[in-house]
Amino acid sequence: MSESSAASEFSGPTEPKAPAEAKAGPVTAPSADGTGGRPRPSLAARIASRSGGGVLRVFLILMALLWLTPTLGLLASSFRDPGEMTESGWWTVFTEPSQFTSELYSTLLGNDTITDALVNTIWITVPSTVLVVVFGAMAGYAFAWMDFKGRDWWFVAVVGLLVVPIQIALIPLARLFGDIGVFGSIVGPILFHVGFGLPFAVFLLRNFFAEIPRELLEAARLDGAGEVRLFFTVVMPLAGPALASLAIFQFLWVWNDLLVALIFTDTSSQPLTVALTRETRAFSQNIETLAPGAFLSLVIPLAVFFAFQRQFVSGVMAGAVK
Amino acid sequence: MSTPAVSAGAAGPAGVPPAKPRKSVLGTKPGVVVLFLLPALIMLGALVVYPIGYSVWRSLYDETGDGFVGLGNYGDVFTDDATFTALKNTAIWVAIAPALVTGLGLIFAVLTERVRWQTAFKLIIFMPMAISMLAAGIIFRLVYEADPDQGVANAVVVGVHDTFVESTAYPKASAPNWSDMEGPRAKGPYTTKSTVSAGEPALLPLVGLPPDKVPGDPGPAKAAEAAGDKITGTVWLDFQKGGGGEKGVVDGKESALPGVKVEAVKDGEVVASATTGDDGTFALPKEADGAQLRLPASNFGAAYNGLDWLGPSLVTPAVIGAYAWMWAGFAMVLIAAGLAGVDRNLLEAARVDGANEWQVFRRVTVPLLAPVLVVVFVTLMINVMKIFDLVYIIAPEPVQDDANVLALQLYLVAFGPRADYGLGSAIAIVLFILVLPVMIINIRRLRKEGPR
Repeated sequence: MSESSAASEFSGPTEPKAPAEAKAGPVTAPSADGTGGRPRPSLAARIASRSGGGVLRVFLILMALLWLTPTLGLLASSFRDPGEMTESGWWTVFTEPSQFTSELYSTLLGNDTITDALVNTIWITVPSTVLVVVFGAMAGYAFAWMDFKGRDWWFVAVVGLLVVPIQIALIPLARLFGDIGVFGSIVGPILFHVGFGLPFAVFLLRNFFAEIPRELLEAARLDGAGEVRLFFTVVMPLAGPALASLAIFQFLWVWNDLLVALIFTDTSSQPLTVALTRETRAFSQNIETLAPGAFLSLVIPLAVFFAFQRQFVSGVMAGAVK
Repeated sequence: MSTPAVSAGAAGPAGVPPAKPRKSVLGTKPGVVVLFLLPALIMLGALVVYPIGYSVWRSLYDETGDGFVGLGNYGDVFTDDATFTALKNTAIWVAIAPALVTGLGLIFAVLTERVRWQTAFKLIIFMPMAISMLAAGIIFRLVYEADPDQGVANAVVVGVHDTFVESTAYPKASAPNWSDMEGPRAKGPYTTKSTVSAGEPALLPLVGLPPDKVPGDPGPAKAAEAAGDKITGTVWLDFQKGGGGEKGVVDGKESALPGVKVEAVKDGEVVASATTGDDGTFALPKEADGAQLRLPASNFGAAYNGLDWLGPSLVTPAVIGAYAWMWAGFAMVLIAAGLAGVDRNLLEAARVDGANEWQVFRRVTVPLLAPVLVVVFVTLMINVMKIFDLVYIIAPEPVQDDANVLALQLYLVAFGPRADYGLGSAIAIVLFILVLPVMIINIRRLRKEGPR
């Protein structure tokens, strides 16, 4: 860091994300590193801010460690000899690597309750995600490019549903699903997640579709494409990034859900989150299942996170209001 | 959507790009409109809109649904003990968590602007957003385990405590029955039967502790020497590994017990006290002459074991800590995106005018970020009102009532043994009313920015 003053550190992120107006500003770049003829900060101030930079770095490293430690604890616990669990802390695995074993995972994967639950998680998550993306895209397109009476009012009504808490539907849908005979099956959570995923899907995709240049659609129309073909051959391919963000958000939302599945599934249709929750009532005794089980349930979301950072962040950011 | 990885998010939950006046590309046939809209509208109607109406209606009836009780269930929200506790805890959550998380996000966003590895740092902080509240709950149950040999939180607390406060307790030690001391079988206090006098060093042997388990591994005990009119003596572990040594005699190999408090007692009153040194010896002033010696119970109390994180008084702060761990990344990324849009010239101008970094932050950066901070804060507030999984998983069953929040109470009341759909619906409607202002703000903003 010796080559740059504190001032340039502040304004000099390594990524090109400074806004255009700042880049275009006449004095920004030279003055920021103190060489542009502007009054330089006093030597004392620069020393102070540089040593402050050292403190800052230490603080941030400590924070990063603080944020990593809990997850690391789970990971280390899940790879330890079960006999050691009650004897010593998970951190001793680093000084005594002989404790390392994947025994808990082989036990876990031989546990039918857990593997069935994992399969149920997939069977709930995939249809919920696909249906929300498809229905959301259709409605979003209609709100963006079709003419019908009261279009904007309908759209506003849908957006109004964005913040409706899922809690309000638990009791009514428990009744409804009981009446139509899907209570206790995976159909319940799928329907529930489709219903509560749609406002955000319609909102996000309508806004994305509205940005598509009109000329593009008109050109396709001149080629003789009907509305349905236009949607599938022009609009959907263009909407890739938005559909990906939405799909990732919805996928994680359903994958990570506990409350809805806890109410609407039974032991044969329960997803992983519910199966693990049943183990938490006797936490210490069941840690041998819970540690690897929790890791199994979070490894998919983490993989999605690292593989699709950009779509993930924009999806989660926009959908966090749920 | 062209956002750089993890450094910028979308415009915000309520951000709507201004829509241009659009017309259908085709003169759309009504049948096609219905085809495109119907699936979504049916789903929304049956699964979101209908439940709102049903809940309002159901909340006016009693638990079985037969008797009309008017607003009685809403009264119960405030008078039913468990529900009222849940309401209070939700209020605590709303008062603390959004401010805490927004503050953390602001600190991280501003501070990471200065470092080169900000992307790595942001990835680490943001990562918990990906995992389920269930997994986070299990992670933090592990963190908050009471035993300092298992829970990392207590391991740290005990480590820090023992660094600053010397741990001197010998919980397992006791006075042997063949010694001159009387007392209970364990935990003390132990008092000598005879009185002490100057010139005759007192011998206070203790047993019950394996020599290799003496904390701090002190050296061998030394027999105290007479020192004028002072009362001297030794407290030591009268036991050698592998046997040997004579009972009641300091033989030079047995372990000293440093830090033991020794009191001189006359007629039930403490006249003097001392603490044993590294070699186990102590010296009392001459006032102690003729007194009985006592080893108070504090010497034999349990070692410090950290905090009861999941006990009734700390459980809510502990769960809020887990929540902050999950959501700080969300606040940080949104605020960092806002920060990227702040005009650097304004900050630079303030610096040129002589403002220090704190003043620049306080008077320029924060006011410029105000709109983003409000969005983050409000989003977190809505989220916190509905918190369920974390509390349900982290709070052990015995303290569930102390940690209860509205969304959890709804679940317990409606789907637990009480099976009270009336009160459950009333709680749901209360939650709905709490987020209603945000819904109205969303709609108004959309109307303003939308076409015409």
